[in-house]
Amino acid sequence: MRGLDLDYMIGLLPVLLSYVPLTLFMAAIAMAFALVLAAALAVERVVRIPVLDWFVRLFISFFRGTPLLVQLFLFYFGLPQVFGFMTGINGVTATIMGLTLHFSAYMAESIRAAILGVDRSQSEAAEAVGMTRGQAMRRIILPQAARVAAPTLVNYFIDMVKSTSLAFTLGVTELMGSAQKEAAGSFLYFEAFLVVAAIYWAIVEALSLGQRRLEIRLNRAHAR
Amino acid sequence: MISISGLNKSFGATPVLDDIALDIAPGERVVVIGPSGTGKSTLLRCVNFLDRPDSGTIRIGDLSVDAARATRAEILAIRRRTGFVFQNYALFANKTARQNITEALVTVKRQPPAEAEARADRILREIGLGDRGDSYPAALSGGQQQRVGIGRAMALDAELLLFDEPTSALDPEWVGEVLDLMRKLAEARQTMLIVTHEMQFAREIADRILFMDGGRIVEDAPPAEIFDAPKDDRTRAFLRRVTAAG
Repeated sequence: MRGLDLDYMIGLLPVLLSYVPLTLFMAAIAMAFALVLAAALAVERVVRIPVLDWFVRLFISFFRGTPLLVQLFLFYFGLPQVFGFMTGINGVTATIMGLTLHFSAYMAESIRAAILGVDRSQSEAAEAVGMTRGQAMRRIILPQAARVAAPTLVNYFIDMVKSTSLAFTLGVTELMGSAQKEAAGSFLYFEAFLVVAAIYWAIVEALSLGQRRLEIRLNRAHAR
Repeated sequence: MISISGLNKSFGATPVLDDIALDIAPGERVVVIGPSGTGKSTLLRCVNFLDRPDSGTIRIGDLSVDAARATRAEILAIRRRTGFVFQNYALFANKTARQNITEALVTVKRQPPAEAEARADRILREIGLGDRGDSYPAALSGGQQQRVGIGRAMALDAELLLFDEPTSALDPEWVGEVLDLMRKLAEARQTMLIVTHEMQFAREIADRILFMDGGRIVEDAPPAEIFDAPKDDRTRAFLRRVTAAG
């Protein structure tokens, strides 16, 4: 057994840290799209629009039922062979697309459950004052569902941040990809991947702090 | 003028409302009493389509809707002419007391927010909650929540206010303040249709009392007549039971 090459690790840290913005960028964009898409899917699953409901169920079934890595390969390597306009798709775009679709399927289910958990009297009260179903959903039901779903959604976001590492399989030089390259040059795989692990861990810990503040904010209306 | 006719409603195979007909003049205060499970709440909920009637006509002012083929737009129009006060208050849990009142003014009546807020603050003072506008429902007592519930309905300037057992879910200590507020509305000749078990209150404020049993209006008369000289055996039996308990 050999000792850790600490100097190497310290030297590697700033190199790898410079890729953190790309990781956060991919996760943040994908999360923003996924939230909107998941909310739309969830609302559809609750109100059940004929025909569309069938497509939504198929969508959720597929993106929950297949591995993220397979989906990324489909988008990046597969689809351009079928659809000419996708030929130039770059790895970052494909990753954001894959993360968005994959996680929106999961998030739709937790948002749907949260919507169903909001007391029926809330939508009745909204309807009684003359709001349309859409207004009631947007202004009364979804905000209350958001509070219930928030911890789960943050969990998915954390998973999403870590899943950006799969972009390296599409040839994107991001956090994981650059660590892989560095390690291949130095042969210090353990050190390199240990630094990567530490960086992801630190990001997630920072997000957990944010989660606590978000939950306090969302619980504001429920403090006695 | 509010006019309900031929109103029928079943839940599955169970008929709940059986050919209800009812006229309410502007400014009239009508109280519905009767044993539980006789369709009193369903009647109220059918008037504003929270429960959809199977058949019948509901007319409020110049708006007449055939329940069997009511469109979504007609249902909205009916709801925008009525206010509803729920047994369990049903305040919007994610909105402050003030926002509970402004919500419909802004989203439904398209009032500018500043105007809606000024109106809400006037109503909050009227219902004795001038200092609680920023409180969320979870921080209010049952009585305070129900007063906001009534304030929310008042803000709509509805032609008819519907009260579905507004004090039944309250701890006894809060019942008085809610009844006092309703009394104020009654004195201002707000048109009201109230389902309640508060017999003393009904006697005080009602122009007419409807006694319902088995999905039908059995007796429709001024309070003095209903309470002191009920014509129907069922009315007598019911009043004997509730007065013995009270």
